[in-house]
Amino acid sequence: MKFFTEMMYLVAALLFVTGIKKMNKPETARRGNLISACGMMLAIVATVLEFKILEPLYILVGLAVGALIGATLARIVKMTEMPQMVALLNGYGGLASLLVGWAEYYKQYTMALDPLFPHSIELYTSITLVLTILVGGVTFSGSVIAWAKLKEVMTGKPILFKGQQLVNAAILTSALVGGVLFVTDPVNSILLLIVLTLVALILGVTSVIPIGGADMPVVISLLNSYSGIAGSLAGFVIQNNVLIVTGALVGASGLILTNIMCKAMNRSLANVLFSGFGATSTSDGEKAKGSVKPVSVEDAYLILEAARSVVIVPGYGLAVAQAQHAVRELADLLEKNDCDVKFAIHPVAGRMPGHMNVLLAEANVSYDKLYEMEAVNPIMESVDVCLVVGANDVVNPAAREDAKSPIYGMPIIDADKAKTVIVMKRSMASGFAGIENPLFYRENTRMLFGDAKNVLQGLVAEFKK
Amino acid sequence: MTLEILIFLLFIFFLAVFLGVEVISKVPSILHTPLMSGSNAISGITLVGALVAAGEGANTVSTLLGTAAIVFATINVVGGYLVTNRMLEMFKKKEDSK
Repeated sequence: MKFFTEMMYLVAALLFVTGIKKMNKPETARRGNLISACGMMLAIVATVLEFKILEPLYILVGLAVGALIGATLARIVKMTEMPQMVALLNGYGGLASLLVGWAEYYKQYTMALDPLFPHSIELYTSITLVLTILVGGVTFSGSVIAWAKLKEVMTGKPILFKGQQLVNAAILTSALVGGVLFVTDPVNSILLLIVLTLVALILGVTSVIPIGGADMPVVISLLNSYSGIAGSLAGFVIQNNVLIVTGALVGASGLILTNIMCKAMNRSLANVLFSGFGATSTSDGEKAKGSVKPVSVEDAYLILEAARSVVIVPGYGLAVAQAQHAVRELADLLEKNDCDVKFAIHPVAGRMPGHMNVLLAEANVSYDKLYEMEAVNPIMESVDVCLVVGANDVVNPAAREDAKSPIYGMPIIDADKAKTVIVMKRSMASGFAGIENPLFYRENTRMLFGDAKNVLQGLVAEFKK
Repeated sequence: MTLEILIFLLFIFFLAVFLGVEVISKVPSILHTPLMSGSNAISGITLVGALVAAGEGANTVSTLLGTAAIVFATINVVGGYLVTNRMLEMFKKKEDSK
């Protein structure tokens, strides 16, 4: 029976890998997800068959409640709210690992106290246990804070105070010291483990509050990685291969995405985590020269109507204004008008990796029109109009030209190189990072002020006239 | 728990990390959100551990903790897969878009 279960686990792990592998193309991605779900089903069934489940009622109720909540969340969530959803799910994964760690500890604890057979908890078990609980706790509370920031329940701005890094370092050190103390005498340390759980939860909070909204893609990726590592550690505790393998896969996935996001911002992970970027308005950069040239919807229409090629650069503002359908409608009309339309997507546009792609897919934009930054920049000089919708820092030419700018060196979409740039923006307020954007003052730039959705709908109406 | 088992488990862990890096590096950026929610669903594999913890009936406290873990892990699994599926459904290439 044990052999059978292990074989099922092996098949499940292979299905997970195959599933992820099929995610490398949009055509096969959906099947990949399905394959991976089959692997999960297999692992669950094998577990239920293998272990003498003495409390089926608890399990059934737990599964039913979880499935109901999960399915409801998945059905009602708006595509613009996907970052919050992923943050929340990450948190639940971390919490589940934390609880599994505690359940296992309590089992070992009562067994160790058995008067007929007193013994201690093995060193290996206590080390993996305490690590599971620490990582699970940080993942959970960190994800909840990330969720609250994205949902704007709390401020998206970095929360900073004096000596913050010292405080964080102190909390981390106390967690590690506590962990070592626990390992030396796990049976008599139940109180210590409770304290350690609280410390882990506090650490999750204090390490995410200094990180600002625009850096969320990095944080979500990192928490994703943590949730995998927590699962893997839980696998070490109960010596379960499928948990170890799968947790490691997810851990690796999160790390890769974290790395991609950091590169796209030209910053190190340490800088994202500790610098509190964007908390103060840094205007050390060169003062922008020239004047802003506002343009009316009618004039913008005339420019677009005459254009033969348009590149649209969406940003977080598109998601805030829920303007994805309006922008697609405009793109369709432009194409009907014999104009070539491309969407240029910066890796960190939005609040999570791939955020803009999902929104545009929701609005039925064909994915072969979505271009990565590297593909669009070489042709930008030949583009008639670059339409910037709710993006700011990712098209800021200071990143390329102004060595004093805080974002200098960050790869950007070269919107300023297009023959004409139309920037849709609510007002002249600077972007998240509080950095002046010289693009707005360029000779070839026109500012189209207003809510992205209203303005886009206005343009659509002009085209239909 | 012997040293051999620990080494064996570490072996599996590091091979899986390398495999993960290889496979995931090939995912294009347009699919990064579904990749993340999909791998998120996979990380709900902790459910297996939760089932064992809740099901073996070691003691009431462990059973209750395990049951709570089942609830959260299942939200993670079911929510993750469904929402990924919902997103991937929308990624279409339109032939007649010209």
